[in-house]
Amino acid sequence: MKRGFALDRFVIERLGVALITLTAVLTVVPIIGVFGYIIARGAPAISWEFLTAMPRDGMRAGGILPAIVGTFYLTLGTAIFSVPLGIAAAIYLAEYARENWVTRLIRIAIINLAGIPSVVYGLFGLGLFVLFLKFGTSLLSASLTLSIMTLPVIISAAEEALRAVPQSFRTVSISLGGTRWQTVRKIVLPQALPGIITGVILGLERAAGETAPILFTGAAFFLPRLPNSPLDATMALPYHLFVISTQVPEMPIQIQYGTALVLIIFVLGMNLIATVIRSRARAKRQW
Amino acid sequence: MNKSPNWRETIITAVIRTCGYSAVVFVLLIFFFLLREGVPALAEVKLGELLTTRWYPIENHFGILPLLTGSLVVTLGAMLIAIPFGIGTAVFLAEIAPRWLREILKPLVELLGGLPSVVLGFLGILLLSPFLRVFLNLPTGLTALAGALLLGGIAVPTIVSIAEDALDSVPQSYREGALALGATKWQTIWRVTLPAARSGVLTALMLGIGRTIGETMAVMMVTGNAPVMADKLTSILSPVRTMTATIAAEMGEVANGSTYYHVLFFIGLVLFLISLVVNILASTVIFRSRKRAERVLS
Repeated sequence: MKRGFALDRFVIERLGVALITLTAVLTVVPIIGVFGYIIARGAPAISWEFLTAMPRDGMRAGGILPAIVGTFYLTLGTAIFSVPLGIAAAIYLAEYARENWVTRLIRIAIINLAGIPSVVYGLFGLGLFVLFLKFGTSLLSASLTLSIMTLPVIISAAEEALRAVPQSFRTVSISLGGTRWQTVRKIVLPQALPGIITGVILGLERAAGETAPILFTGAAFFLPRLPNSPLDATMALPYHLFVISTQVPEMPIQIQYGTALVLIIFVLGMNLIATVIRSRARAKRQW
Repeated sequence: MNKSPNWRETIITAVIRTCGYSAVVFVLLIFFFLLREGVPALAEVKLGELLTTRWYPIENHFGILPLLTGSLVVTLGAMLIAIPFGIGTAVFLAEIAPRWLREILKPLVELLGGLPSVVLGFLGILLLSPFLRVFLNLPTGLTALAGALLLGGIAVPTIVSIAEDALDSVPQSYREGALALGATKWQTIWRVTLPAARSGVLTALMLGIGRTIGETMAVMMVTGNAPVMADKLTSILSPVRTMTATIAAEMGEVANGSTYYHVLFFIGLVLFLISLVVNILASTVIFRSRKRAERVLS
């Protein structure tokens, strides 16, 4: 009786561990499959012309340059607005704010901002930037919309990086007569910088891959030239992939896979840079 | 000389404080604009009309129930996939996998989280839905099931990442204690580690659900976009249309300020309120766990 129970227990353990291992295998294998498949199918489409030429024949031939440049501009525009604001907000939360109801409210707002569906950001951008402020469907409206979406990611990551700087650094600076701002700017910020940069890149990576927020705020279906002012609409890689895979009949499959691969390289390249910065900073850290 | 740094200090503090409040301002602004553009829908279309089952805006039928049930069935399906696989993978990484394997697999799973959803939608159209059509012998593969499978894939990285952190932060002594009492690894996981990490795991699930409801592009590309009521068990195998996809697909074509436009904003308002509830629930779980951690430490 006792032995039977013991046996069952170990049989269950084996089955359980096997089941969990199976779920992990079934999760990881498709991920590798997805990346491998896009790389394998997309790589033959990538050529110098594909990366540097304008689209031709209703996007069925030529290159995707305006989409690549558009996504680059959108990412840059998002960075211009969200990075200073996000870092300043993080400095406030980590270095200035007291633990009271206002600070709790800010934290709840950040969590909620992070959870709002991306298409709702699109609606908001349409209501505020495109129509109310009359920026039109433009690079500017789309960048501003993406900035607000990126803000919670940057604030959370930067605050975490600032808080990781040991308290003793601040104490020493203050005791030498430094003001709060001098302490932040000369001591805390430089120490937290790698962590902040990592968070910023991860936030911008998300912005670069988003489609829904730019659908009605700045994305152009087809625009065979580069945007030459912030008030121009622009093509963008994710929206372009959506367009050529759903809206254009008889689209050569190779161009679709090529566009998907370029988008992935753009986004995951940023991810890789963030990872490298993080691991280098960890190796060099003085504390 | 002494005066000027003080001046600067005051201004800089004020600027930083203002930036600190920005998140609150933006949430309020978003809410305000959704109300401003969405509430007129209630004056132009009766609430009774909004709660009908017919979405056919060209003839002024604005029943949003098909869209609500569409979102619901896709989200439920996605969670049925994402919860076992997400938690299973998190447990595997935290409790079973050797350290070197975890260092490889966790970033790999998180890489999937960084994959733009439009790329998943693209693969969904080209690979997943033709496969489903042939495999299940359906008239079309663009179904709620295809959406649920993709959304499951989108929610898994969120769940794995946060749940694994929660499991990892359970003190090693808990496991050692259980094992020393003769528990098997499975009993330790099931009765000690998972319950100890419960609040973190719940947060992971809530945030996973949040991502699933709000996801737009992948869903729009593979669910077939037919605004029919999803009220039967077999609805999972037929085309549906979600709230997010409706906004994304139709906003480009409506006249600003029309009833149609207001109704789409109203749907956005509903989505905003759902995400608000989900995230506040998730964050109370976060706060509760923090308090408990403080009790344990003190």
